[in-house]
Amino acid sequence: MKLELRDVSKRVGADIHIHETSLVFEPGAFNVLLGATNAGKTTLMKLMAGLDMPTSGQVLYGGVDMTKAPPQERNISFVHQFFINYPHLSVRDNITSPLRLAKVRPEEIKRRLDETADLLRLGPMLDRRPHELSGGQQQRCALARAIIKDSSAVFLDEPLANLDYKLREELRSELPVIFSNRGAVVVYATSEPAEALMLGGYTAAMYEGHVSQFGVTSEVYRQPANVNAAQVFSDPPLNVAQIEKRDGKVNLSKQFNWSARGVAADLPDGAYTLAVRPHFVRPAADESAQIPLHGEVRVTELSGSESVAHFNLGKDIWVSQSDGLHPYKVGEQHDFYLDDTRCFFFGADGRRVV
Amino acid sequence: MAKIKLDNIRHSYFPNPKSDDDFALKRVHFDWEDGGAYALLGPSGCGKTTLLNIISGLLIPSHGKLQFDGQDVTRLSPKDRNIAQVFQFPVIYDTMTVYDNLAFPLRNRGVNEAKIDAKVREIAAMLEIEDMLSKKAAGLSPDNKQKISLGRGLVREDVNVIMFDEPLTVIDPHLKWKLRSKLKELHQQVKTTMIYVTHDQTEALTFADQVVVMNFGQVLQVGTPQALFDCPEHTFVGHFIGSPGMNVLPAQVKDGQVWVAGQAVEVSSSLESLPEGKLEIGVRPEYVRISDTGVEATVRNLMDVGRHKVLETLVGDIKVHVVLGENQQVSSDRVHLQFEPANTRLYADGWLVDLQHEFEEV
Repeated sequence: MKLELRDVSKRVGADIHIHETSLVFEPGAFNVLLGATNAGKTTLMKLMAGLDMPTSGQVLYGGVDMTKAPPQERNISFVHQFFINYPHLSVRDNITSPLRLAKVRPEEIKRRLDETADLLRLGPMLDRRPHELSGGQQQRCALARAIIKDSSAVFLDEPLANLDYKLREELRSELPVIFSNRGAVVVYATSEPAEALMLGGYTAAMYEGHVSQFGVTSEVYRQPANVNAAQVFSDPPLNVAQIEKRDGKVNLSKQFNWSARGVAADLPDGAYTLAVRPHFVRPAADESAQIPLHGEVRVTELSGSESVAHFNLGKDIWVSQSDGLHPYKVGEQHDFYLDDTRCFFFGADGRRVV
Repeated sequence: MAKIKLDNIRHSYFPNPKSDDDFALKRVHFDWEDGGAYALLGPSGCGKTTLLNIISGLLIPSHGKLQFDGQDVTRLSPKDRNIAQVFQFPVIYDTMTVYDNLAFPLRNRGVNEAKIDAKVREIAAMLEIEDMLSKKAAGLSPDNKQKISLGRGLVREDVNVIMFDEPLTVIDPHLKWKLRSKLKELHQQVKTTMIYVTHDQTEALTFADQVVVMNFGQVLQVGTPQALFDCPEHTFVGHFIGSPGMNVLPAQVKDGQVWVAGQAVEVSSSLESLPEGKLEIGVRPEYVRISDTGVEATVRNLMDVGRHKVLETLVGDIKVHVVLGENQQVSSDRVHLQFEPANTRLYADGWLVDLQHEFEEV
């Protein structure tokens, strides 16, 4: 069932929590709401789920206006960051509670329980109480309850945020598989770009109550429409500089300038904001990274598989991220190389200039 | 500042522990050098909090000794240990100004106001919070509150060690990134021994010079981020470090050759005098290649993670990840996998089998 927002907004007093937003989520699609804390992700989800009422606009399920319908009439599931299970019930009874409430036949409950427990690998734990499970298992129990219902929409509000890093990684790769072929609209809120990329599907990049961009996840990542969408989708944060395009050259400063090629070649002369992800600033020149940038190394972070250096570029701090080990020394002068073909250029209005 | 020695420390929460399983910490024995940046990394329940509490004095270990600069502090109370601690949730006084919050640990110890003022301003400058000094802490954003918390940990010069217990868990990714590099920069400036406890490998590996990886109540490996990545001494370390972690596959040794899923596989481990136990190979996704020959696998999922792609395959029912280039495609449902011999290792009961001489680190 298609889920649609038409010109939905939310005000609380004088504060605008959600600016006018229109979105269409197709059935069976995995949709990510990506943004920092307070970007409006949870608010938007609550408006869709009926846990909160929009100030204006409509929420449609399968073309039917459900704006004023309470959550229980919408056939939805909602999983919160802090997993909620019934402590006095077994895992089995926790998972099947929505079905028992809906008076589904016992043999049908049994069939769906087996299927769901199998999917979430909870089979051996069905007779335990939630407190006897690990954090990851407890969250899988909460997820199982959301899945067993065959809801038309499933809302997952940072469901992995409270889990250990490795468990998060594991469940993250499982979730799209779990929800594929179920026909439900899945909406998943996260503040982590890496998580959005791994989950795939579609992403709405959110910034201060606006949906800055909505589209196929990898396209929003690679072709951000504006500076907010680009920034929301970058971890480590983007390197940013004010540049001037003049006479076929990109001028970052008096010291650093280069002949414009690719997208930059087509830019009309004028002032722009240049932004580039740190992995396109490399510790050595290669076939694509050719533009030298010189700076003092301020901080280094070596993780074993990759090396990160923060360096002074004029009065800004830029970051280089690269695979492998590079023995930087704090305080040294180092030549970094920019892949100028992977830079984004934004106009004064924040839109990317294509 | 101090060198910290953990001398054969064991701890059980039971009064009469019977077997090894009754110990939350089985045996921990190593030194932390003065002025180092260390991380204690492991999943929930691995024993890292127990160890942290032993160092801070909240817990007295059932066995073993703890020394600061040669002095036995095992039974010393927390306040006599001269330790600063920063917790997951900011611990600050909401009704005080930022300035008074930072000054508090010093005033408590009777430091004179002129010295306090100099120190508070120095720390505020490092943390870039000078413009907030006169504000009440109550109105600050969560990341600024955590900055003040860090500042309170850093303000005393006489501490033996500063311990950070998951200090960035509640912070947004962008700010986490900023605070993490700030902390790293601060360590490079103040050179106090710092211990950073976390389950997040990125935080541990980027902050620390030496990482202590724990699980099952024991230390599995102490090493530089590079060593943990290149040569995990235990399959758990390989799995826990790296995203995705090291692939681990069951293996057999027959006729002087390692076999995985019916295919002969070259490894860097020595096959002479193999230890007893369950054999597995470990190879990182970065060192697996798609090829026309090799171990057969079924393609399950292809994830575009931005800088590269991650292919998830199944060899039998074992998940094997492969890191692919940003533009690499996979057209078939069935693929063959090749493992780079120099980076494929053998493990017996989880522990690394000695490497052949030519692969040993120089």
